[in-house]
Amino acid sequence: MSILTTLISVLYYAFIAFIVVLILYNLIKTKDWKKEIIYVVILIPFLLRLLMLK
Amino acid sequence: MKKKIFIRKTLILLAGVALTFPAGVSFYRHRHLKEPVVISSGVTQVKKLGDYFDKIRGTTNDCNLYFLEGKEPGATMIVIGGTHPEEPAGRLAPWIFAENAHIQKGRLILVLSANRSASTVTRPSGAYPQDFTIPTDWGRQKFRMGDRWTNPLDQWPDPEVYIHYPSGQNLAYVDIRNLNRVWPGRANGTLTEQTTYALMNVIRSEKVDVVIDLHEAELQYPVINTIVAHEKGQDLATLVSMTLTDFEGFKIGTEFSPKNLHGLSHREIGDHSDAISLLCEAPEPFLDATRGITNRKQLLEGKDEFVVKAGEHGLLFAPIDSTGWPIDVRVGRHTSTILQTFESWNEDHPDKEIICNSVPRYAEVIKNGIGHYLKNPNTAQTKKIFYE
Repeated sequence: MSILTTLISVLYYAFIAFIVVLILYNLIKTKDWKKEIIYVVILIPFLLRLLMLK
Repeated sequence: MKKKIFIRKTLILLAGVALTFPAGVSFYRHRHLKEPVVISSGVTQVKKLGDYFDKIRGTTNDCNLYFLEGKEPGATMIVIGGTHPEEPAGRLAPWIFAENAHIQKGRLILVLSANRSASTVTRPSGAYPQDFTIPTDWGRQKFRMGDRWTNPLDQWPDPEVYIHYPSGQNLAYVDIRNLNRVWPGRANGTLTEQTTYALMNVIRSEKVDVVIDLHEAELQYPVINTIVAHEKGQDLATLVSMTLTDFEGFKIGTEFSPKNLHGLSHREIGDHSDAISLLCEAPEPFLDATRGITNRKQLLEGKDEFVVKAGEHGLLFAPIDSTGWPIDVRVGRHTSTILQTFESWNEDHPDKEIICNSVPRYAEVIKNGIGHYLKNPNTAQTKKIFYE
């Protein structure tokens, strides 16, 4: 069970990292300043989780 | 134009980093706050939970076990604090024992952070303070404020339904991270299950006679101001309850552990070991759903006008007025309940006594404050300081 949990956790963090990359990609691509702010706000909890802080 | 957009994006990203950085530092500091325990000269050895189960060694939940051993043999009792670290009186009461107690006869084992992981996180969206400080005779001592559940950074993911081992009872998914829903634990389970498995190893291998698990509860919860007892401990709990109510000036009841409610310490420890298991509840208005501002002041003073209002409408199971339920009162209830458990046990087991000295009872804790019994780590010998 603990091996399965570890595996899921690794996949989860890989998924979080992928989403962070997607958000950053969209942040670079968009020309709308309101969307830029939204992307950065969305990025914060993903970064905190990726860094294992929260 | 491109340069202007680049500068704008950079500034917005920097603003995001400026928000993320202090939040990250704050979370990091909370998770790594070291709480000093200046052990009493009565503490004869300090072990780790990992000494009783290898898989726990080195994990967040590899907590300290403080052993206080008398010169004369007698009963062995264990006091478990920090099952739910959002209930601070449950940690502070054994803390006072660890820093002050002397055992003349028998043995006492203290756990201050049973679910250490849960003490490194607060409830999401709960607006909990991350810590609180207790004024002492030498300054202020800071403690971590925690949550009811193991930190998801240490145990994740949760299942859709939590199936308790070994009963097979279905419980709320999140309770797979609740230390008081995973007794007696299992060796190959989650971190929380492995923690209770290790604690069961302590109870069995140290031949513990009585386990006392300390908690606090919201006033809207019916199990409050009481001792919940396994059937093996009903006589003991009733005697403790009657004596405290008659002689110490506070009311505490007795409830019997339901046989079909699994995972709780008062049920499973009694079922899976020779020990008598008791669970003590003190009132904590901070936990009530109808509370007002959720801050350090409310946590320590236990005053809340909205909870008082709920009481006026008959919605509470414990009384409350404008004086609230201060932390000194809640901790004092626990210290007296523990000491009275020793004394009531001794009445029935004169050949296997436990005698504990130098720990304040209810009235003394209220009179002097908890801080009076906390020792200064800055003037203590290094070998006397342990960290939770």
